[in-house]
Amino acid sequence: MTTVSVNPGNPVEPFLRTERMPHIWCPGCGIGTSVNSFARALTESNLDLKNVAIVSGIGCTGRVAGYMNLDSFHTTHGRAIPFATGLKLANPKLNVVVYSGDGDLFAIGGNHLIHAARRNVDIKVVCVNNLIYAMTGGQTAPTTPGAVITSTNPYGTYDPSFNLPYLVEAAGAVYVARWTAFHVRQLTRSMQEMFKKKGFSFIEVLSPCPTLYQRRNKMGDALDTMKFYKEVSKIRNGCPTSEVSLSKSGEIVVGKFVDRERSDYRDLRHDRMVETLGDQYIEAEACECSI
Amino acid sequence: MHADPAGVLTGTHFLDGDHACCEGALAAGARFSSGYPITPSTEVVERFAARVPTIGGTFIQMEDELAASITLQGAVWGGAKAFTVTSGPGFSLMMEHIGLAVMTETPCVFVDVQRGGPSTGLPTLPAQGDMMQVRWGSHGDYEIIALCPNSPQESFDLTIKAFNLAEKYRVPVFVMLDEVVGHMTEKVVIPPADQIEVEPRRYTTIPPGEFLAYQAKDDLVPDMPRTGEGYNVHVTGLTHDERGYPDMKPATQDKLVRRLVDKIRKNADKIILNEEDQIDGADVVVVSYGITSRVAQRSIDMAREKGVKVGKFRLITAWPFPEKKIAEIASKVKALVVAELNLGQMVREVERAVAGKAVVRFVGHAGGSVHRPEDIFQAIMEVAR
Repeated sequence: MTTVSVNPGNPVEPFLRTERMPHIWCPGCGIGTSVNSFARALTESNLDLKNVAIVSGIGCTGRVAGYMNLDSFHTTHGRAIPFATGLKLANPKLNVVVYSGDGDLFAIGGNHLIHAARRNVDIKVVCVNNLIYAMTGGQTAPTTPGAVITSTNPYGTYDPSFNLPYLVEAAGAVYVARWTAFHVRQLTRSMQEMFKKKGFSFIEVLSPCPTLYQRRNKMGDALDTMKFYKEVSKIRNGCPTSEVSLSKSGEIVVGKFVDRERSDYRDLRHDRMVETLGDQYIEAEACECSI
Repeated sequence: MHADPAGVLTGTHFLDGDHACCEGALAAGARFSSGYPITPSTEVVERFAARVPTIGGTFIQMEDELAASITLQGAVWGGAKAFTVTSGPGFSLMMEHIGLAVMTETPCVFVDVQRGGPSTGLPTLPAQGDMMQVRWGSHGDYEIIALCPNSPQESFDLTIKAFNLAEKYRVPVFVMLDEVVGHMTEKVVIPPADQIEVEPRRYTTIPPGEFLAYQAKDDLVPDMPRTGEGYNVHVTGLTHDERGYPDMKPATQDKLVRRLVDKIRKNADKIILNEEDQIDGADVVVVSYGITSRVAQRSIDMAREKGVKVGKFRLITAWPFPEKKIAEIASKVKALVVAELNLGQMVREVERAVAGKAVVRFVGHAGGSVHRPEDIFQAIMEVAR
C-alpha cells in the first residue's frame, strides 16, 4: 500500500502575493505572524474580499500592503490614515484596513490618527509596534520605553513614550485591543471582531525586532522574546487603558480594552444634513466616477 | 462625454475667481474635496461645502494640508474625481503628495491661490511666487501640468480643463490662481451641461487577472483599474514595474520615470494653450500670465499708442512650458519683455527658450499688489529703441 502525500498548501497563501516572496522581514520579526493572523481572520470573516482594501504607510510594517493579495495601497510616511479616509468616504462599500507601524502611525502620522479617531471614520487600524524605527536602522520611536539603547539614543532613551491604547481611546476609537506576536489566536479573534465593528477600530500588536531592538538591548533572540511575552503578558480584558503602559521589561497588559458604540462619520454627517437640508440632501454614495 | 447636469449651475453669474473655480470643479464632475483653510483660497471649498451636499458628494475638512493632499488621492482610487485647494504655506506642505500623485499616476487637481511669500508672507495679497515650486517642489524627476487663469471666467473654464487633463494623462494638474484673480468679481457664464466636455476616467476593460496596472498605452498613459472589483491592484510610491510591484533595479527606475516625464513632454503640443495677439511683425513681445497679463494689456495698449509694434504672448499653460513657441518668437523679434509677480521665475524659462536670439527684459515685482502699467510700458519702450 502506498501513501499518497498531498500537500494541502498553506491556508493563508491565497491572501498573499506569493510571487513577491521572499519578503523583506527579518527572521523572528512579528510582522509576518500578524499577517498570518490577519489572513486567517479574513478567511473566517466571510467578507467579500473584493471589497477589502488595505492601506499602509512607510516602514517595515508599511510593506504589508504590498504582500497582501487585495486592493492595496502603499502610501507616504504617516499618511495611510488620511488616504484610507478618502478611500472609505468615496467608496463606502469598501472595508478599509490600515496596516502600519508605530513610528508611522504615532510619530509622523500621529495627528492624522487622533483626528480619524475623533471623526470616527469607519476604518480599521492594525499597528504593529516593535518599539523602534526598524526600517531605518533602529532609531528611537515615540513608543520606545525608557532606558532602551537605540541608534539615536546610544546611552539609553529618556523621553517618555506613548501608551497607544490610552491615546487612541481618548481620541475616540470604538474598539481598542492589544496582543503580542505570541498571542496569535487571540489576535486573530480580535481582528475578526474588529471587522464587525463600525467606526474607528484599533489593534496594537507588539512585535519583536530581534535585529535592532532585542539584539542591541541584549534581550536575546526572537525565541527569547516569545518566552518573554509569554512570561510577562497578562490578559486583562476591559482593563482601563490608563493602566496599560509598557516598560522595557515590566508586565505587558494584553486584551480587549474598549468595545463601544458611537455614530460613525457618515452617520453623523447624514443625520446633520438631513436635519438641516431635509430632502434637498443627497447622500454621497459611492462617488462612482461615471464621468 | 458631457458634464453631469447636477453639478452645472448654468447661467450668467457675478462670481469671484475662487467661487468660479468651485463651479468649474463641480461642472467637471468633482464630487470630493478634502481641504484645510488658508487665505486667500478658502472660498473655493467653502462654496463646495455648501453646494456638494445637495448634489451628492463629500467635503471633508482635514487636520492639515498633508492630510488634505492625500485624502483626495484615496478618494480618487475610491472612484471619485477629487481636488484640494490651498495657498503658499499649505502648498509647501503638499509637495510630498504631489510626488505621490505623480508616481502612482493618480488623476487629481490642486488649486493654488498664490499669495506673497516666503513663509507666511502676505496672506491677503497677491503674488505669482509658486510657479517654480509647482514645477519642481517635490523631489525627483517629474512633469506636471499647470494652468494660469486671468479672470473668474477662466477660473471656471480652466478648472474644468484641469480635471480633463488630469484624467487624460493621469497626472496632478494645478490651477494657479493668484489672490487678485481669486477675489476679483466679474461676469461668469456657465454653459448648459451638454456644452461642457468632460474627460471620463480611463478605466480598463481588461478583466482582473489579465490586467497589468502600470502597462502604458500608446499615449504612454496606463488605464486604471476600479477598486473593489477584484483587480487586487497594488499602488505604491516606490519605483514599480508594470504589475505595480516594487522593483529597485535602475532599469525599472529608468523605464518608469522616463515614461512619467515623457507622457507630458511628448504630448506637450496637445496640452499647451496660450493666447497670442499681434505677434507677427512685432518688435517687442510681452510675455505674462495670470493677473499680470491684465496689467500688461494696459502697458501694451500704451506702447501701441506711441507707435511701437508690440505683441502679446500669454501663458495659459505655464507647465509644460511652450518653449518651441517662445523660441520661434525670439527668432522674429528684437526683444521679449517678461512681467510676473515674483523676482524672476518663468523668465528663466523664457531665457532658456530664447537662447540669446533676442533681448529678454524682466519686469519683476515682489508681490503685495499688481504691477504699475507704467513699469511694464517703460520696459517695452526701452527695448523697442
